[in-house]
Amino acid sequence: MLEHYLSLFIKCLFIENLALAFFLGMCTFLAVSKNVKTAMGLGIAVVVIQTITVPVNNIIFQHLLKKGALAWAGYPNVDLTFVGLICYIGVIAAMVQILEMTLDRYFPALYNSLGIFLPLITVNCAILGGTLFMVERDYNFPESCVFGFGSGVGWALAIVALAGVREKLKYSDVPPGLRGLGITFITVGLMAMAFMAFSGIQL
Amino acid sequence: MNSKQKEVLTGPILNNNPIALQILGICSALAVTTKMETALVMSIAVTLVTACSNAAVASIRLQIPSSIRIIVQMTVIASLVILVDQFLKAFAFGISKQLSVFVGLIITNCIVMGRAEGFAMKNEPGISFLDGIGNGLGYSAVLMLVAFFRELLGSGSLFGFQILKLSRDGGWYDANGLMLLPPSAFFIIGITIWILRTLKTDQMEEA
Repeated sequence: MLEHYLSLFIKCLFIENLALAFFLGMCTFLAVSKNVKTAMGLGIAVVVIQTITVPVNNIIFQHLLKKGALAWAGYPNVDLTFVGLICYIGVIAAMVQILEMTLDRYFPALYNSLGIFLPLITVNCAILGGTLFMVERDYNFPESCVFGFGSGVGWALAIVALAGVREKLKYSDVPPGLRGLGITFITVGLMAMAFMAFSGIQL
Repeated sequence: MNSKQKEVLTGPILNNNPIALQILGICSALAVTTKMETALVMSIAVTLVTACSNAAVASIRLQIPSSIRIIVQMTVIASLVILVDQFLKAFAFGISKQLSVFVGLIITNCIVMGRAEGFAMKNEPGISFLDGIGNGLGYSAVLMLVAFFRELLGSGSLFGFQILKLSRDGGWYDANGLMLLPPSAFFIIGITIWILRTLKTDQMEEA
């Protein structure tokens, strides 16, 4: 049983890395990876939000929206999956807001260091993507906890690694047209290729 | 059509491309570009959602209190995306399966949100609709370009029709498997940006 969860964790951390294999959260991934420190802050925020929202959305999906899930309320034939998208994004927005208020009240130092990144996470596709993958693959509750945490850590790992590369890249002589965004894309491509070396690993 | 409308409609395609210049909306885009067909469906979906959400947000912009505007925009966009999703499931189930989670991810596509916040909140519905179409087309142009190279070089076909005869069927072309994998999309976009910025030097960044 434990092996199953460990295998899932490794899978979403390396093999199916949200950023490098599914291109999720690319906008923030490219925009906020100029230095390691901010990348780390954003990475931690994503891990926290992802670990909370994926299991919460899992509960909503399994007990309210899925076909037949409302049997406990006396509606065995109701299928509410079509309102899923609006529920998930609502949960994500609410969670981000709650986390923001909690951090502001109890951990002001962390709140200040995350700054603008917290609200931005609402529109980070990695978060919504994680939830949608959870729904598509029909994970149960413990699996969704592992998946949420693992995919968050995977995304954080990727952005910190990219920020490290970009810090060094500042000293290199890039052709003018390729500077900034262009070379970043190519760097990410090379990183994605490196991450593909993990594919096919079965634990 | 006066000059402002024309500028709003065609500007985002080359001069002010949302993907190449503004780094918006790359998120849900790249994974659907292994085939022209899925890329085309995705382009149409995003263009429609952007245009309609822009028009809707613009028409209620004077009623939205600014403190809750993000959540209002989110709701408008999410409702439109649900419509698109249900439509695809009903009439193009195969493609809907291939696009998997990426239809839902149009909600968090920064182009849609960015245009609603940046343009529709300050302009009339009509011009906002055109702006949505224009930005959708700019996005589509990059998507189709990437998909063109990936499908042609990766499977030797375009829209599923065999163009280059593959060596495994007795032809001459050896399919480049890398093109079907994620990294190739990054390289193609990187090179596209390079070419675009070499032609239009005002878009260059100080690195």
